[in-house]
Amino acid sequence: MSVSGTEIITATAVEIAELIASKQVSAVEVAQAHLDRIAAIDPSVHAFLHVDADGALEQARAVDHATAAGQAVGPLAGVPLALKDVLVQTGVPTTCGSKVLEGWLPPYDSTVVQRLRAAGVVILGKTNMDEFAMGSSTENSAFGPTHNPWDLDRIPGGSSGGSAAAVAAYEAPLAIGTDTGGSIRQPAAVTGIVGAKPTYGAVSRYGLVAFSSSLDQAGPFARTVLDTALLHAAIAGHDPMDSTSIDAPVPDVVAAARRADVRGMRIGVVRELSGEGYEPGVQARFDEAVSLLRDAGAEVVEVSCPSFVYALGAYYLIAPSECSSNLARFDAMRYGLRVGDDGDASAEDVMRLTRAAGFGPEVKRRIILGTYALSSGYYDAYYGQAQKVRTLITRDFEAAWGSVDVLVSPTTPTEPFRIGERADDPVAMYKADLCTLPSSLYGGPAISVPAGLGDEGMPVGLQVMAPVMADERIYRVAAALEAALNDRWGGPLLQKAVSL
Amino acid sequence: MSATNTAALMGYEDVIENFDPVLGLEVHVELGTASKMFCGCATEFGAEPNTQVCPTCLGLPGSLPVLNRTAVESAIRIGLALNCSIASWCRFARKNYFYPDMPKNFQTSQYDEPICFEGWLDVEIETDEGPRTFRVEIERAHMEEDTGKSLHVGGATGRIQGADFSLVDYNRAGIPLIEIVTKPVAGTGRYAPEVARAYVATLRELLRALDVSDVKMEQGSLRCDANVSLRRTSESPLGTRTETKNVNSLRSVERAVRYEMQRQAARLTAGDGILQETRHWHEDSGVTTAGRIKSDADDYRYFPEPDLVPVAPATDWVEELRGTLPEPPSERRKRLASQWGITDLEMQSVINAGAVDLVLATIAAGADASASRKWWMGELARRANDEGVELETLPISAVQVAKIEAMVMSGRLNDRLARQVIDGVLSGEGEPEAVADSRGLQIVSDDGPLLEAVRAAIEADPDAAQKIRDGKVAAAGALVGAVMKATRGQADAGRARELILVELGAVEGV
Amino acid sequence: MPSITRDDVAHLAALARLSLTEDELEHYAGQLDVILAAVASISEVAADDIPPTTHAVPVVNVFRDDVVRPSLDREALLDQAPAAEDGRFRVPRILDEE
Repeated sequence: MSVSGTEIITATAVEIAELIASKQVSAVEVAQAHLDRIAAIDPSVHAFLHVDADGALEQARAVDHATAAGQAVGPLAGVPLALKDVLVQTGVPTTCGSKVLEGWLPPYDSTVVQRLRAAGVVILGKTNMDEFAMGSSTENSAFGPTHNPWDLDRIPGGSSGGSAAAVAAYEAPLAIGTDTGGSIRQPAAVTGIVGAKPTYGAVSRYGLVAFSSSLDQAGPFARTVLDTALLHAAIAGHDPMDSTSIDAPVPDVVAAARRADVRGMRIGVVRELSGEGYEPGVQARFDEAVSLLRDAGAEVVEVSCPSFVYALGAYYLIAPSECSSNLARFDAMRYGLRVGDDGDASAEDVMRLTRAAGFGPEVKRRIILGTYALSSGYYDAYYGQAQKVRTLITRDFEAAWGSVDVLVSPTTPTEPFRIGERADDPVAMYKADLCTLPSSLYGGPAISVPAGLGDEGMPVGLQVMAPVMADERIYRVAAALEAALNDRWGGPLLQKAVSL
Repeated sequence: MSATNTAALMGYEDVIENFDPVLGLEVHVELGTASKMFCGCATEFGAEPNTQVCPTCLGLPGSLPVLNRTAVESAIRIGLALNCSIASWCRFARKNYFYPDMPKNFQTSQYDEPICFEGWLDVEIETDEGPRTFRVEIERAHMEEDTGKSLHVGGATGRIQGADFSLVDYNRAGIPLIEIVTKPVAGTGRYAPEVARAYVATLRELLRALDVSDVKMEQGSLRCDANVSLRRTSESPLGTRTETKNVNSLRSVERAVRYEMQRQAARLTAGDGILQETRHWHEDSGVTTAGRIKSDADDYRYFPEPDLVPVAPATDWVEELRGTLPEPPSERRKRLASQWGITDLEMQSVINAGAVDLVLATIAAGADASASRKWWMGELARRANDEGVELETLPISAVQVAKIEAMVMSGRLNDRLARQVIDGVLSGEGEPEAVADSRGLQIVSDDGPLLEAVRAAIEADPDAAQKIRDGKVAAAGALVGAVMKATRGQADAGRARELILVELGAVEGV
Repeated sequence: MPSITRDDVAHLAALARLSLTEDELEHYAGQLDVILAAVASISEVAADDIPPTTHAVPVVNVFRDDVVRPSLDREALLDQAPAAEDGRFRVPRILDEE
């Protein structure tokens, strides 16, 4: 029985893995179908910065050999994946969306890549992103923006816009992004797919080019909650190469996604994450989704988290501070771009010129801001103060867990805007993160699941947040909501997208 | 920048007359761990450049640090040996600044939360009034990582000034360092240079006894920065201090401190201020030259290292480590001094010469304590001083010295011949036996040729011979001298004397 | 909250080894002011007795054994270097003293 290319690319990861395991289709065919899809539409979407066709086919062949030899393979063997260009992969160009690393070939694999390979996942290539993960629209990429598959004139969200767009455009059923202030959840919301940020420390950061070390987390994208959970399980787990990695068993997120049952759960709607700045369509879809959860048997109450309103301020001090230090290594001495070395210039000159030429405006802005916030005389007022706000936000979460099992909110206050619309207004851009920032600062897990279309016909998402290390809860609630909404819609939201 | 500048110096007595010196010593110890502070790269000295690097110590994008447990243990043991308190909870911090030998352009170090703090070390020096003990207070000892090494190419002296470009080797980057900082050391007066030297020497013995580092100053595994300031009297507020780097030997410590005292005194007396700067010591010319001015640009923007978690040594771990400490230096000093039959002061001299372990090793190789000390503190110390190097860098080992002493004990060599053998070994001619053989160094004790020389001497000096026959045995000295001369010093002087006396009937034949 | 001037930005840029044009200096000064105003809200919020949070999951004492592990291949490394010579990274002349 032959399976068509279209059937392959619109299948879920679970379905693809089953097709391969039952030998109805080979991993190579699956990889090729997706490579063909990328060739066809990526010129319009620009999700990918680098397609590793040879590497992908080689990985696919390895899976086919294993299945032919009757070896046991994991639940994602042969499933293609798009990898955000912020994770290193030996010998494959890794740019982090920046000119400063254009052409750099890492000499080592990130732990995430090692685990994906061990799972038999086929990495198709590296996806576009806001430069060094700084942004919410992927417009800050040095290599041009990515376009939202729902409407090519609009942003796909950021900073993991390329990964989200790749999944939404059926270029890959799975993708990996990274989330520091919302950079997986917000793109997932505005492209109508599922995206999760695991508990901080659940997924190794070894090989994840650092933006804000105390906040960065790699996480999964997919079109279904179950696929997302399977990918989460494949990459999570303690890593001795990462001192901040959690040394505890990974919660059973896959079982929770299959369970999809919220009966008896207590769900808290965060009062502060609504109101001014939240588009009516976003608010309406959120309210409807919450009703569905109530209908499904959950008890829904309103919870107040007064410190959440300070999350934006704290984040935009902590993240730039840490990034100003993390990006200091890009100095033209050991790898990457080198500008101005005319034989006469000093090392200091070459550093300055290279960084000026290699970094985009948003990165420079945050480096300056971070340098300021850490300067002697300012540390206590800025960085020091922001870390205290983190404590207050954590206390709000912990207080909430006394009365509810999860918290919910819209994922982001607005529908995706048009490319270029907020370019000159950094603060307006930062407000895209209002809902996602609190859980980033707290470190707890959070997921965005499609909640419907807003007034402009673009996707909006609902966010579920859970206690630190209780990652299974976000999947349980998300899966229940997904089932209820798919029922209402007659199928996944993505089916309503204009096909490319 | 000439290394022989013309800074005015005040005479040392005048300096002491008019000023009160205050010292501050910062010592960096490279730990002898097998792997680096935050990664598993090897730490071998002298490896091919950039062959002991990995993503972490090279600071490649995406890399992360993981702390070496043994380095933490060494830090705690050093702190305990220095009578410090051990922090119950502390963190690493990032010290942010740009420099090509710094892969991340920040150094992972400790800022306001050092693992060890508030300790002391007693050092003894010789003064005109006899031995004196100074208690040097330790402010802190903390953990950090070393940087890479740059070779500056193109300039005249291999230094930065005038170089065209630099070549960087990151093998050393990430090697564990413990930085030990003293509190201001006051009250040393004229003995400031000696106290500085004794502190570094004593600290070095302690670190060696702890077996945490090979503490070789010439290889950079023990580095010292000397801070010096002057004030009018001990009641005056502290003066502006300079920090002198490139102090690569115990001798340099003493000389650099003395030089800075003299240079600063001259400036202060002339009404010029002291710049708060980093200076560079030149051992060859015996001067410090101006370096970098410390300024506001030194804003390191410290913040807690987010990629590492806090270090909270449990009390029982600390006590377990305390049990591994070797005997305290003062006790060790007393025990050895008593065993060797020398005074505390003589012991401190041995310590200040950096000779304790050399002497111990020579004893372990079979020589007796007194002879071991004699060779290291005598002939070899003289040689080291002449060459301006540390004793332990002389190309002669404790085992070789013991062998030479054995040859003296067996009667093959006398002291004079032994010194020639030492010469040979130091010049690289080979092992002591081989040197003695190839140079034909051997006391002549075979009675045949000796008797010939004795009879020749007697014949040549009938007056002396007669005095001896008459019972004035002391006159034998002149004849022995003649025999020694005739045998080019290779005669066994004692045997020659016996033969002379027998020959002349002054004693019974033997 | 103090206002950030063009000179402040110039000083910060120097600390961060960033060459900025006059236009950029002015532009960033203005933008940073706006951002700082946005973050101003947190300045009063946390009292002195609130401890800072630096890590989401409070863990201490993560160590590795003092064991040697393989290093990177030097050729692969130096291939990626902007300039290399004699097994070392070649960098332009350094002005600052260490």
